[in-house]
Amino acid sequence: MIESYIPIMLILFISVGFAVVNVNMSWILGPTRPNREKLSTYESGMEPVGTAREKFSVKYYMVSVLFILFDIEVVFLYPWAVSFMNFEPAKMVYSFISVIIFVVILFIGYFYVIKKGALKWD
Amino acid sequence: MSFNLETFLFYSLAVLAVFSAIMMITRRSPINSALFLILNFFTTSGIYLLLRAQFIAIIQVLVYMGAIMVLFLFVIMLLNLGDEKSLKEVLGYKKITALLLSLLLMSLLGFTVFAGFYGKFDKISENAINIGTAEALGKELTTTYSLPFELASFLLIAGIIGAVVLAKKRFE
Repeated sequence: MIESYIPIMLILFISVGFAVVNVNMSWILGPTRPNREKLSTYESGMEPVGTAREKFSVKYYMVSVLFILFDIEVVFLYPWAVSFMNFEPAKMVYSFISVIIFVVILFIGYFYVIKKGALKWD
Repeated sequence: MSFNLETFLFYSLAVLAVFSAIMMITRRSPINSALFLILNFFTTSGIYLLLRAQFIAIIQVLVYMGAIMVLFLFVIMLLNLGDEKSLKEVLGYKKITALLLSLLLMSLLGFTVFAGFYGKFDKISENAINIGTAEALGKELTTTYSLPFELASFLLIAGIIGAVVLAKKRFE
């Protein structure tokens, strides 16, 4: 069974190897004549201001955490969508109802998010 | 134990997983820790694949390496963490709880490993290859295991409400 993954492993090794070899080759073969100006951070031609590690607004975090939670919802639905057509009729109804309950519960969460204005960006 | 491709892959992934886990908890910079955590997730995904759990392996890559790591990086940026030296080490109730929980986890893992030595879990089930596919998983999840499936949605909604409540305090 694992033999069927050999092409994938090959792609993985080649892509990782290609990246590693290219980065290191340019580092080894390229001439390095550094000076203070060259080593300074490139900030669209402006003088660099402050550090790169600024504090971010909590809104970004809000959007990403809500994205992940609904992403996991979709992960649960995906195997169901693949197998649904092959169910026998009785099981089909049962599984359909259980998925509907699942989605409705998460929709309550979605409306809660909208109502609270957690995704508002002003 | 015969030495074949699968055994070789398992041992190299396991060594890499342990190495990246150790590197992750010993790095000073939280960004480096996060990158080693990604490597660790990747090796775990490979081990899932060896256990014939294809769907979980792909989801591990998509959800953990993709989404959860974005979240971790956001948290690092949100808290504006520098190097770790600013965090004080004190033995409070949190540390003791963590110690107890990790002991519990260690005993569970130890039991599994030793049961493996005495031949309880010495080989993968014949049906494993059929169970690990998305199709079989969807079938079992929505019929036989429908109650845990619904409870998972409650877990997700608890996460949604928790995130909104925690972040709302900062908005206002």
